[in-house]
Amino acid sequence: MKQFFNELYFELKKNRGAMIGIVIIILSVIIALLAPVIAPHNPTEVFSESLRLPPSFIEGGKTGFFFGTDDIGRDILSRLIYGSRISLAVGFSVVILALFTGTLLGVFAGFYGGLVDRVIMRLTDLIMSLPSILFAIVIVAVLGPGITNAIIAVAVVAVPNFIRIIRAQVLVEKNKQYVSAAKLFGAGNFRIMFVEILPNCMAPLIVQASLGFSDGILNVAALGFLGLGAQAPMSEWGTMLSDARSFIESSPWMVTLPGLCILITVLSFNLLGDGLRDALDPRLKKQN
Amino acid sequence: MMTSETLLEVQNLNIFFKSDKNPEPIHAVRDLSFSLKQGEMLGVVGESGSGKSITNLALMGILGDNSIVKADKLHFNNRDLLTLKEQEWQKVRGGEISMIFQDPMTALNPFLTVEFQIVETILAHKKISKKEARELAIDLLAQVGITSPTERLKAYPFELSGGMAQRVMIAMAISTGPKLLIADEPTTALDVTIQKQILTLIKSLQEKNNMSVILVTHDLGVVSEFSERVQVMYAGELVETAMTKNLIKHPFHPYSYGLLSSRPGAVVRPAKSVLPSIPGIVPAFHQRPSGCQFHPRCPHVQNDCIPSPIALEKGIRCLHPMKEEVV
Amino acid sequence: MSELLRVSGLDKVYDIKKMFKPTMKLKALSNVNFHLNSRETLGIVGESGCGKSTLAKVLTKLEQKTSGSIELLGKNFDTFNPKEFHSAIQMVFQDPYQSLNPRKKAFDIISDPLTINTPEKSAAEVREQVFAMMKKVGLREEFAKRYPHHFSGGQRQRLGIARSLMLHPQILILDEPVSALDVSIQAQVLNLLLELQKEFNLAYLFISHDLSVIQHMSDRILVMYLGRVVEYGSRDEIFNNPLHPYTQILLESAPKTNREKKEADHILNGELPSALNLPRGCAFEPRCPYATLGCKEVVPDLIQKQGRWVACHEAPSIARN
Repeated sequence: MKQFFNELYFELKKNRGAMIGIVIIILSVIIALLAPVIAPHNPTEVFSESLRLPPSFIEGGKTGFFFGTDDIGRDILSRLIYGSRISLAVGFSVVILALFTGTLLGVFAGFYGGLVDRVIMRLTDLIMSLPSILFAIVIVAVLGPGITNAIIAVAVVAVPNFIRIIRAQVLVEKNKQYVSAAKLFGAGNFRIMFVEILPNCMAPLIVQASLGFSDGILNVAALGFLGLGAQAPMSEWGTMLSDARSFIESSPWMVTLPGLCILITVLSFNLLGDGLRDALDPRLKKQN
Repeated sequence: MMTSETLLEVQNLNIFFKSDKNPEPIHAVRDLSFSLKQGEMLGVVGESGSGKSITNLALMGILGDNSIVKADKLHFNNRDLLTLKEQEWQKVRGGEISMIFQDPMTALNPFLTVEFQIVETILAHKKISKKEARELAIDLLAQVGITSPTERLKAYPFELSGGMAQRVMIAMAISTGPKLLIADEPTTALDVTIQKQILTLIKSLQEKNNMSVILVTHDLGVVSEFSERVQVMYAGELVETAMTKNLIKHPFHPYSYGLLSSRPGAVVRPAKSVLPSIPGIVPAFHQRPSGCQFHPRCPHVQNDCIPSPIALEKGIRCLHPMKEEVV
Repeated sequence: MSELLRVSGLDKVYDIKKMFKPTMKLKALSNVNFHLNSRETLGIVGESGCGKSTLAKVLTKLEQKTSGSIELLGKNFDTFNPKEFHSAIQMVFQDPYQSLNPRKKAFDIISDPLTINTPEKSAAEVREQVFAMMKKVGLREEFAKRYPHHFSGGQRQRLGIARSLMLHPQILILDEPVSALDVSIQAQVLNLLLELQKEFNLAYLFISHDLSVIQHMSDRILVMYLGRVVEYGSRDEIFNNPLHPYTQILLESAPKTNREKKEADHILNGELPSALNLPRGCAFEPRCPYATLGCKEVVPDLIQKQGRWVACHEAPSIARN
């Protein structure tokens, strides 16, 4: 395993985009972890005399509020910093949930085939029949707004991709001779699925996890924007966008800055995911 | 009837590969020299890592961009292959030098019919009409022993058996009347009875069309039955070259000797007896030993085999050739 | 010398269902009969479509037989529980690049059979057994922590052999064990197999398309064609005096270095018929140089002739040149 990651890193280094992505992600994690230390103010603290102030480097801004304040008088920079915690936590939760469920279902579908496969694939088709954000809205509408439900909804719509990717790989691996060999030594189905086959499905799984992260953040932000995700006073970036809607023209920084944060974070995970895909593909062929 | 002019002359061919993992380019084929007359079949025997396939690709000019090909002489049909431009290569490749590969199923395009693939090859090299090309294709399929050629034209590669697919490849290869056919392990993936059919076919085409053939194989039995001359390659070098019947009876290089004596069918032996074998494994491209490439595995190695490269002398690259016959 | 395996009347039929067409039956094995004694090697030879791989799969229960009886160690094959079965019969696979899990270390690959079947063994015992086996197959102890892609083809095959012996089987099926290896390595692995056979008292079912390897390694031979046994007897009888026309052609086709030039060999003509649509009579009849009218009608039974079994109507009258 360690060997795998060493070689992966070697290949990844060649891809500048992926390296930029990694750097940004690491920075985001650091910022998120150190939020209480770095943030100049409390994200929920209201400064009633400083409503809708522009960033401090623009005329009209105040030095204490680097990125200005929102319509209630909260410091935007602090909110953005704390917001990164939420976004990363969200991305992580979505991926973990979707990965677990998707992998389990994908392995069963690929390995057992027959009825099990058909049922799981129809379920997948069902979820994919609507655009993911719409389906997520439906789910949140049923469960009720809030960040936890938003995470669940987004995880559900992310599951089909994991199922399909794992299933495809399992179908390839299960006919290989090492699987027959394992059967010959009395390995039961579960052992074969999870100890023999699954470790060989890592490559596409890693790629999908990385991309799933960015989709997760984006979708939860979208739900937040629609008022269905994180609720006030959470400083989730999408919710911040929603709150700033009426002030697009008068205080554009209230909209631009959260939007930029979403953009940069999602982009960095996408770059990493693409880089991983390139790094893992030819390597897979070389190894086999 | 058979002309005996030299068709292919290779002198000191060296092939290198650039790689990110190694600072120095890898020296894959070293100082290879040999020649081939028109109408002659040369057997090339070697295992993985011997450089035999890379040499073939170099002769066709289809090595990748990360390769460096150097030679004192690389002449084919009085043309210098080293100085050919891509446009000229396209005439030579498939037109004057053709190649057939080991696995016909992967060498043929699975999405195109047999007809399309043969006709496309013909039209790339001959200025004739599509109708004439189709007639020629039918004729070629018959020549290579395919029954009902007109029906077979409509088939897709996956509908053909291994033997038939190989015949189709051979038909494509000879469609342009090449002077040289390079057959790279053409029967390794086929059953032994089909192998015999295919090799007999290639032999008859060689004789009928006065076509030169380079037959690459790991099977000494094949070489023994079909080609008059043979060269043995090991770790990128030519280690022995001789008339086949002489090599089989009396191989001089310890590697050739080892190869021949370790075959179960080489000599009559009591069944289930211990076979003579060559210890060790072929060195990887980037981990080649000094001096004689075979010395780490040679049972007769001596001190002078180790420090510096060995020159080819009288067709043998060995300072202490074997004296015994194969037992 | 005891009889370890007896196969009688073994059939394996696959149902092939295609859309909009009635189900077709693919007869991969038809009426296969043979037996195997301890310490001996039965060489199974035949070309594509002869059913030798299917036979291996049925004997290892990777596929179910359709009908027929298999007696293993004197008991009915079907009455074995998994652990007993896997300790009786094992297999070495053909492709050294596919038969080892690329994500597992050599140690785990070899120890898996023990950890699955004898979990009561302590880690120290397992280690001891694994290292002992590695030594026997010629792999150094320090290779245990390496992954398959670090090994050469020959070394991987040794790993596969080591793995297959961990449960101390009495029968080992070797499915083209050296076909994917370089020629100079083949002899090494064949020698190893011979050594192990003596040391562990193994019976081998050696499947190969390489006749000289079969001739060297086998005591008795089973020649298969399109799922049927066409000739079955001792190695010397069959190689020196093949009676079945297919066997004759097969032996002649193999390129040899020490062959004396003979008169025109028979070249096998035509194509292999499909196993979905076997001829009513002898499966080899369409391509047989000696076929008579009767050959089309009735499937020839295995009859005893000149010290071996042969399935050919014309066998009595065919003499080898």
